[in-house]
Amino acid sequence: MSRLTQAIENVTAQGDKAFIPYIMAGDGGLETLKPTILTLQKLGVTAIEIGIPFTDPVADGPTIEEAGYRALQAGASLRTVLEELQTFRDDITVPLVAMTYLNPILAFGVELFAIEAKEAGIEGLIVPDMPLEESAIIHDALRVAEIDLVQLVSLTSPAERIAKITAASEGFVYAVTVNGITGARQAFHEELSAHFNNLATYTTKPILAGFGISTPAQVEQLGQLGSGVIVGSKIVDALTKNDWATIEALIAASKQSALRA
Amino acid sequence: MTTAQKGRYGRFGGQFVPETLMTALQELEVAYNDAKQDESFQQELAYYLKDYVGRETPLYYAEGLTKELGGAKIYLKREDLNHTGAHKINNAIGQALLAKRMGKQKIVAETGAGQHGVATATACALLNLECVVFMGAEDVRRQQLNVFRMELLGTKVIPVEKGSATLKDAVNEALRYWVTNIDDTHYILGSALGPHPFPEIVRDFQRIIGDETRAQILEKEQRLPDAVVACVGGGSNAIGMFYPFVDDEAVRMYGIEAAGSGVDTQKHAAAIHDGKVGVLHGALMYLLQDENGFVQEAHSISAGLDYPGVGPEHCYLHDIGRVQYPHISDAEALEGVKLLCRTEGILPALESAHAIAYTAKLAKTMSTDELLVVCLSGRGDKDVHTLIEALGGGQ
Repeated sequence: MSRLTQAIENVTAQGDKAFIPYIMAGDGGLETLKPTILTLQKLGVTAIEIGIPFTDPVADGPTIEEAGYRALQAGASLRTVLEELQTFRDDITVPLVAMTYLNPILAFGVELFAIEAKEAGIEGLIVPDMPLEESAIIHDALRVAEIDLVQLVSLTSPAERIAKITAASEGFVYAVTVNGITGARQAFHEELSAHFNNLATYTTKPILAGFGISTPAQVEQLGQLGSGVIVGSKIVDALTKNDWATIEALIAASKQSALRA
Repeated sequence: MTTAQKGRYGRFGGQFVPETLMTALQELEVAYNDAKQDESFQQELAYYLKDYVGRETPLYYAEGLTKELGGAKIYLKREDLNHTGAHKINNAIGQALLAKRMGKQKIVAETGAGQHGVATATACALLNLECVVFMGAEDVRRQQLNVFRMELLGTKVIPVEKGSATLKDAVNEALRYWVTNIDDTHYILGSALGPHPFPEIVRDFQRIIGDETRAQILEKEQRLPDAVVACVGGGSNAIGMFYPFVDDEAVRMYGIEAAGSGVDTQKHAAAIHDGKVGVLHGALMYLLQDENGFVQEAHSISAGLDYPGVGPEHCYLHDIGRVQYPHISDAEALEGVKLLCRTEGILPALESAHAIAYTAKLAKTMSTDELLVVCLSGRGDKDVHTLIEALGGGQ
């Protein structure tokens, strides 16, 4: 079992739900990466998704897109983020999951990226513009470096794709909870629980819900559907405002054993 | 012919999109293959192309231009005479009919120069489809006439302020809109770009340019042309013109990239000349990018060529050496506009003027018994504001 899967299963074994915050590396300056990661892991997150900024983030909504542009202005790139992470590699105790569009990896060099990412503490990778069918372009290099390639399954994925994607996904299965791009949502698809029940018939891998989750109530509610949640835009927004109370409340909502006690 | 495996042109192409779009792309592929085989669909398309668009377009012997240049005998493929003033309508009508067939009542599109936006807005008005067009704010400024035309046609035009506020950013927003409204919306991509099956669909709807040209030149000259020239941004008019000639090895083909202020500056759009292989908007292609893999802004006086990538089939045709991809600067394109106005009384679109400007160089190197066909992809009325700024009013 990979370190990423293990980290999620350790949490669910205790009756809690996994909580993976997404941060945009370099938003607020690269030097904020260390304190942000160290604080998040102290608050008890399961893993941390590290967003790498890109000029054309087509899967992202305005909050993460704007954070990405700020990060680009601050000099963040795949290379500078990995270099920064390596400076405090030994302080990182939770698995890191990098989220980057494909082109920066291709420009970096696929093999070199895999090696340097692993050295920087990256245990998993999410590439939002690379569906399963195109993953051969980087998969071998990731396998050699032992980095999990996390696949996304969407509400529009039909049964045969769900079967293929859940079988191929490594680390966990990322279940996109809305049709659309990242960003806060008021309401979720009413058939979401049927969707998750269906997903669970295909795999025993942890299934995490992501896209649009922005309140403690949603963390609790959507966390119940699977093994936990990924929260992106709301975390990015709160970090911009240095609003750690909001982040703590979101994380607390995933500690469901404590809520029940 | 050049589609080796599904959605691939050699190493280029593919489907690099979020998972949410994969099902829609697969449905589109099935629906398109079905429509392609369906005689009633082809008849309906042929009807609109003939009676509504005004096809076939003439292959016109440009005697004035030929004499001025003193080399090859030059023919213009008059796509500028299509309804809405450019070749874009060929694809817009085809895809709008396809959307109807798929039961999608809403259309989203991107536009650069506004020609594809106008063509899509027109097709949607004709076929009673709702239409939203994303357009870079910079292009909205450059192409006010086309913005107004789209609005008159009942389309909602949404300016995109992000990034370079040009075509690339409009595609980003159109993709975001599509992924959010996937259930009832079809994306009419306007160039031979994007994820499979778009490059193939757009090529197939545009190949009528080359198919007609081939038949017309055979009728007029009893032989194939020696050279064919077309401008390349994403590359839809060029692939439509080139595709029927790909297997005719004696026909030399030239796709003209936009060199903007010059390919040795940062301000150009010559992706094949200066790009590295990368992924943007769903396809692996030559892409203007920096060492971090960040996409660079393209620059061209012509909004329709202002794109940092180039269609995957062109990338492949370049790799195998079948098509040459030279470039023409803003200044040369402006000379091309003046040349065609003066010698033929035709105001070309700034995009097409790149092909005219290259023709002016190429024709002189050819003998008078050689034949050269240029795709005059659009007319220049939309560019009058830009021309006034660049050339000075009243000149």
